Amino acid sequence: MDTAFFFLFNGIVYGLLLFMLSSGLTLIFSMMGVLNFAHASFYMLGAYFAYQISTHIGFWPALIFAPLIVGCLGAVIERYGLRTVHRHGHVAELLFTFGLALLIEEIVILIWGRNPMPYSVPSELDFALFEIAGNSYSAYKIFMMLVSISMLLFLYGIIARTRIGMIIQAALTHPETVDTLGHNVSRVFMLVFGVGTGLAGLAGVIGGNAFVTEPGMARALGTIVFVVIIVGGLGSLTGAFVASLLLGVIQTTAVAVDVSLADLVATVGITTSAADANDLMHKTLSQVAPILPYLFMVLMLISRPRGLFGTRDA
Amino acid sequence: MLQVRDLNAYYGKSHVLAGIDLDVAPGQIVSLMGRNGAGRSTAIKAIMGLVTATGSVRFAGAELIGLKPHQIAHRGIGYVPEHRDIFPSLTVRQNLKLGLKGGRPARRWSIDELFELFPALEARADTAAGVLSGGEQQMLAMGRTLMGDPDLIMVDEPTEGLAPLIVTRVKDLLLEMAKRGIAVVLCEQKLTIALEISQRLYVVGHGRIVFAGTPAGLEADPSIRREWMEV
Repeated sequence: MDTAFFFLFNGIVYGLLLFMLSSGLTLIFSMMGVLNFAHASFYMLGAYFAYQISTHIGFWPALIFAPLIVGCLGAVIERYGLRTVHRHGHVAELLFTFGLALLIEEIVILIWGRNPMPYSVPSELDFALFEIAGNSYSAYKIFMMLVSISMLLFLYGIIARTRIGMIIQAALTHPETVDTLGHNVSRVFMLVFGVGTGLAGLAGVIGGNAFVTEPGMARALGTIVFVVIIVGGLGSLTGAFVASLLLGVIQTTAVAVDVSLADLVATVGITTSAADANDLMHKTLSQVAPILPYLFMVLMLISRPRGLFGTRDA
Repeated sequence: MLQVRDLNAYYGKSHVLAGIDLDVAPGQIVSLMGRNGAGRSTAIKAIMGLVTATGSVRFAGAELIGLKPHQIAHRGIGYVPEHRDIFPSLTVRQNLKLGLKGGRPARRWSIDELFELFPALEARADTAAGVLSGGEQQMLAMGRTLMGDPDLIMVDEPTEGLAPLIVTRVKDLLLEMAKRGIAVVLCEQKLTIALEISQRLYVVGHGRIVFAGTPAGLEADPSIRREWMEV
């Protein structure tokens, strides 16, 4: 039970991190119809910028400045890149963001090299906050959780309680009509893109040192983020939240379960030969854990193309 | 107040507006009529900046061609789209508040006043607008645009699909707008309403103006109705 709680805790921390990435991506998709392939690259930039800033002035200023820089960069890219490409349709946009992801990765390699950065958890939070049944709960993971929840509440407050939030909600369904009411929707798009990429940057700041900061980090997490928004439903923030937690918990828990199909059938008295050790029957859940999110996505697309909470087909 | 000259617009290679001219005076109700696909809706979308157009659209002395829809809205033109485009996740009150430009209250209208005109909306003020009936959505769409205090409002097919009683309410609201000095450009297929409330009528056919005159003038010319309006 205590071990289950430990994995649930880690799954929620990871899921909240996924939500920080997927919330921006799904908002951008809802408003602009753009599936931003470069979204996880902004996560990577957040981690690298935070590493660079923290080597000079420490982690805490990096926590503020790195997401701001990434958000401003995102807004500039939307204003001078994506908006121009937008006129040529969605295929051109997809190719643009795909190219942008490759470009950012190459620039990162050019500046920082291919090796992982020594970006570590700040010493103030590098200790076990408490222990339950021999499992240590690190202070940094609790901090990650608090930052994620704060961002979630902040985002919810902005969208549900402010005028700009109302404009964003309205522009999700009828951007042209919002424009005719006198609201500069292009500017709102730029703001949402900036905030979305800034959130990805913030996820990079707090995730980069908890996991690893290296040029492959965007590619590794990027595919999972796409799974999240497809499972949750394209354009649904609620869906992104539920799917993030679900996939976070599934991925984290599955790697710790050493149960195979052969073990399951053995419980009903059917035994399989040891000679079959390399077949699918003997693969443990921890071995197939990396493919579970994609399996989940494929099943979701077959059974419910709109995802859990989406209003349009993927 | 509004002067449109030689307005041309294209959808791909289709020449959908081929030199439209029209004039609207303050407080006047002007109807654009014609069959489906004639170019009526495109004409008001072009004036609103939603469709790329060439020619000249002058409003209160300033040229509007090349401006974005939100810039045109700030010059004093309001637009109610054909499908109402209610924001379904927002409440009725929030929909109306979104009509306020920069959050400033309108000179001519207040939310309370609109609620007096449409008691059904007041009863559902804090309900998500997505659940409103077609008639209520039309009232909300018009009210939302009025909250932006336009000097001229363009309404695309406001009575389409509405019950006769609601059509009367829409007509009364259009007359109330004109009474308060707002010019109205009505894009309408129903001849009876247009004849009843308009001071000036334009009939659009194949992207051109094929008739410009008064309701009496149109009634006196059955050939125009037969050739350009009857299905």
